[in-house]
Amino acid sequence: MEFKGLDIVSIRDLTREQIEFVLDLSEKMIPYARGEKFTKMLEGRILANLFFEPSTRTRMSFETAMARLGGRTLEMSHPSMMSIAKGETLADTIRMVESYSDAIVLRHPHEGAARLAAKFSRSPVINAGDGAGQHPTQTLLDLFTIRRDKQHIEGIKVALVGDLKYGRTAHSLAEALTLFGAEVTFVAPASLQMPRETVKQVEKLGGKPKLTSKLEEVIKDIDVLYVTRIQRERFPDPSEYLKVAGSYRIDNTLLREAKQNLTVMHPLPRVDEIAPEVDYTQHAKYFEQAFNGVPVRMALLSLVLGGEL
Amino acid sequence: MKEFKVTPIRNGTVIDHIDCGMALKVLRIIGVSSNNVSSPISVLMHVPSKKEGFKDVVKVEDRELDPKEVDKISLISPDATINIIRDFNVAEKYKVTLPQVVRGIVRCGNPSCITNLNEPVEPEFSVESKKPPVLRCIYCDRILDDTAEHLI
Repeated sequence: MEFKGLDIVSIRDLTREQIEFVLDLSEKMIPYARGEKFTKMLEGRILANLFFEPSTRTRMSFETAMARLGGRTLEMSHPSMMSIAKGETLADTIRMVESYSDAIVLRHPHEGAARLAAKFSRSPVINAGDGAGQHPTQTLLDLFTIRRDKQHIEGIKVALVGDLKYGRTAHSLAEALTLFGAEVTFVAPASLQMPRETVKQVEKLGGKPKLTSKLEEVIKDIDVLYVTRIQRERFPDPSEYLKVAGSYRIDNTLLREAKQNLTVMHPLPRVDEIAPEVDYTQHAKYFEQAFNGVPVRMALLSLVLGGEL
Repeated sequence: MKEFKVTPIRNGTVIDHIDCGMALKVLRIIGVSSNNVSSPISVLMHVPSKKEGFKDVVKVEDRELDPKEVDKISLISPDATINIIRDFNVAEKYKVTLPQVVRGIVRCGNPSCITNLNEPVEPEFSVESKKPPVLRCIYCDRILDDTAEHLI
C-alpha cells in the first residue's frame, strides 16, 4: 500500500483498508514508542511542526514520534513573533517551510487550512486540527485505542457524549466508527447534539445512530463511552452551562450501572467531565489513549516519509 | 391577435425558464447594476410556463453571456435555458449545466473558512447534487447554505 508523499487532511481521504494498514503498523510501533526498541529509520529527515494554535498532546506527541524514529523536528516559535504577524499568507509560509523540511504538521484556527497547505506544499501535509474542522490523527488514535482494547471495532456499541455540535473529534470519529461497523449513540443536550449533516453521513455509511439526551438510558448497554469536553464559552448563561455540564459528569456511581469491561475515553484535556476517582478504575483508558498518539503518529510519519521498520 | 408583452430582440440573449423570483438575481449575475449597460434589458417575472407553473425571463440586447455567467445562472436556476439571438433568429439554444466542480464564482458561507481570508486561492466546491444544487467547499468541507447570497 503506497502512502509515500500522501497528505493526511481528513479521515474521509482514507479508505477502510488504508486505515487498517495504519493501525496494524501502529501496533508494531508500540515497543519503539515506549523506548523498548530503537530505530533510526527517519534519520536525517526533518518534520516542521506548525502550530498556529496552542496544543499540548498533539504537538508533543508528533515531536516524540519523530524523535523515536530518529528524525528531527523544526518548531515554530510563537506565531505572533513570526512573519504571519506581519501579514504573511499561510500559502507563503507553507512554501517557505516546505523548503526547510520533509513533511509538515499543521494546526490552524481556520477550517480548510490543511487542504490549502497541501495544495501549496510538495511535501506531505498532516492536518493536526483546522478550526472546528478535521483532526484525522485524533480519529486514528481513537480507533486504535478501541481496537487494542476490544480486539475489534465491528459490532461495538459506542456512546459519544458531551459537546457533539462543536467538538471536532466527535464528527469524524462517528463517521469512522460507522465505517468499521460500530453502533453509535449520540448523547447530548438538544443545543449541543450532533449536527444533522454528520447524522446523515453516518446513515449514508449504513449506520443507525441513536440520539438521546439521557446518559443513564444507554450506560448499561454500551461497550465504549467517549466523553468530550463541554466548553463553557458556548453558553451565554453560566447557570445553563452548570446544569448541562453537571448532567454528564462521569463518576463511579454512574459507572456502577455500566458493563464491567466498559471503556471510558476522552481526547483530553478534561475539565470536570470525568471525576478523578474514575482514573483508578479499569474503565479509564484516556491516558493510554493519549499515549497511543505516539505509535499512531509514528506509523503515519514513517508511511508518508517512506521509512521502513 | 397575439399580444406581446415584450417585443422580440434583434441581437442578444434570452434567458428563459428562470426559476420564479430569480430574475433579479440573474440581473445581478450579468452585472446590470454596474454602468456598463448601453442596450435595453427586459425582465418578465411570474409569466406562465408551458412546462409547468410560472417562470421568469430575462432578455439582454446586444450581448452574449460568458461561460462564468452561465455557470452562475445554473447555480440559482438549474432549469434555465440560454437562447442566443442573431438577427431575430435563435442562433443557439442550450440548457445551463452545472459543472462537477464550481470554481471562483461563489464564496464559502463559512466565515471561518480559510478561503475567506486573504489567501491566494479561488473558492472551490464539489457539486454533490445538481437539483437542487448542493455545493460542498473542498477546503472546509461545509455545505453552502444560500448559494445566491454568496455569488461573487
